[in-house]
Amino acid sequence: MSFSNDDINTILLTLKLAACVTVILLLISTPLALWLARTENRFAGVINTLVAMPLILPPSVIGFYMLIAMGPDGFIGEITQALGLGLLPFTFSGLVVASVIYSLPFVVQPIQNALQAAGTRPQEVAATLGAGPIDTFFRITLPLARPGFFTAAILGFTHTIGEFGVVLMIGGNIPDETRLISVQIYDHVEALNYEQAHSLSLLMVIFSFTTLLLLYSLRSGRVGYKVMS
Amino acid sequence: MTDRHGLELNLKLQRKGFTLDVELRLPDRGITVITGPSGSGKTTLLRCIAGLEKAQGNVRFNDAIWQDKKKFLPTYKRKTAYVFQEASLFPHMSVKENLEFAVDRSQGRMAARKLKDIVKLLDIDHVFLSEPHKLSGGERQRVAIARALLNMPDVLLMDEPLASIDDQRKQEILSYLELVKEYVYFPVIYVTHSVNEAARLADTIVVIDKGSVVAQAPVEEAFSDPDFPLPFNDQLGVAFDATIDQYSSKWALSLVRWGSDCAVWLMAGRHRPGEQVRVRILARDISLTRITIPDSSIQNTIACTIKEIRKDSDISMALVTLDAGGKTLLARITRRSVDQLNLVPGESIWAQIKTASLA
Repeated sequence: MSFSNDDINTILLTLKLAACVTVILLLISTPLALWLARTENRFAGVINTLVAMPLILPPSVIGFYMLIAMGPDGFIGEITQALGLGLLPFTFSGLVVASVIYSLPFVVQPIQNALQAAGTRPQEVAATLGAGPIDTFFRITLPLARPGFFTAAILGFTHTIGEFGVVLMIGGNIPDETRLISVQIYDHVEALNYEQAHSLSLLMVIFSFTTLLLLYSLRSGRVGYKVMS
Repeated sequence: MTDRHGLELNLKLQRKGFTLDVELRLPDRGITVITGPSGSGKTTLLRCIAGLEKAQGNVRFNDAIWQDKKKFLPTYKRKTAYVFQEASLFPHMSVKENLEFAVDRSQGRMAARKLKDIVKLLDIDHVFLSEPHKLSGGERQRVAIARALLNMPDVLLMDEPLASIDDQRKQEILSYLELVKEYVYFPVIYVTHSVNEAARLADTIVVIDKGSVVAQAPVEEAFSDPDFPLPFNDQLGVAFDATIDQYSSKWALSLVRWGSDCAVWLMAGRHRPGEQVRVRILARDISLTRITIPDSSIQNTIACTIKEIRKDSDISMALVTLDAGGKTLLARITRRSVDQLNLVPGESIWAQIKTASLA
């Protein structure tokens, strides 16, 4: 395996994107998953569906609509222009926003499942013992759902690293701005640079294998706490 | 000066096919047992008091308002602790950490050094450092009770804490609960459908049915009234407090005394003279006689006055209400005996108590 400088920059940019997206997703998904896990609101089903949509929608479709939304006449575009941020398509920030949407279900669902599995009883017990909502969240809810958060972070990170369709639509192929590993591989193949395509592809295979192995060994180890004893 | 009204509540909650509508005043000391058939709303009432369900109405404890028209204190601001049917220990914490969680949130009212006392009281020293899933059901529930006590609540709420425990362990935990009763000086509200648990633990009994209170009485009064709406069946019999007079280590019996000359030997563990105990005498264990029999295996014979003779639910039996030194006793004997002994209200008679035990 050998990487050109260009390749290495691409790898670093991809890791940076995945890291940003994962942090943002954990911040968004935690309250969203908490709400979805507990609510009896009749619109919860619709919200659940919307969150899950990126699981089955072709990435190019997501990318296409994101492109329009972020464009000069799109609602995101109008907001970013009003805030003086300019337009998002073909920028790193644009990629971050699109990736957050694209990877949302991979982060929300594991957290939501973990919260549902832990049930509401632990929170009730904590409240009767005088623990306030924040105290309860950090001492009870979060530790009990920790395996769910691990899974969510790993899935969010790896899924973002592997994206292609959304990137092509939103990001294009600007070095150090939007050129990610998957796009770079595509370019190498188009240019018939099979060897370089090989290096990057193999790197992705090794990376995916390692993270999944980590995930499964976490799962078989001390993951969940059995239902409250 | 603090207001010692105890717990006053007036709660309404509408659910599909069920309405809770309860007005209650409970003393600020002792154990109040709330009982009633399943689905009567016992647990819901308890959850409303804790603020786990949002009912309409008022809840106040002494001079603190927990809930009224304008405000609704969330659960964590109400000074309650709650023992659930399942022990519900935090599974990611050891027993020690579970207990410390409660101490840390008792707002300094529970000194950490007292933790040892309560751990000893409930006999959980040997599992102190264990993980909850390694404990037996009985141990888990004892830890849950200890955790609630260590929170130093104003009111301790217990929802059928023995329901998920096998019979043998039940007896064991009941004895611990009796110890606890001596220890606490806050009111306990204890939900159960067991007549026996009520007889052993209650100071006050509240019966609810279909979401409303149908009866409320001190335990002695409730258990000496065959009409009190409890499912007595063959557990009909009185329950009252009396003082231990002496303990015979030779026979492992304790003598309790009340009134001027009423005394009964009880099968019971070691008790110190002067100790107050709950005595329970079942109606089926009392027989009546006109003359005392000196050579009988029955040791306990008490002079009584017949207050009332009435029909029993069983067609061949009669229920006799007796006065013994100011305490009521209930005796269930055959109608044939009533006839042959020619029993009439107002007469003196000997009550022979086959077995009497501490409740």
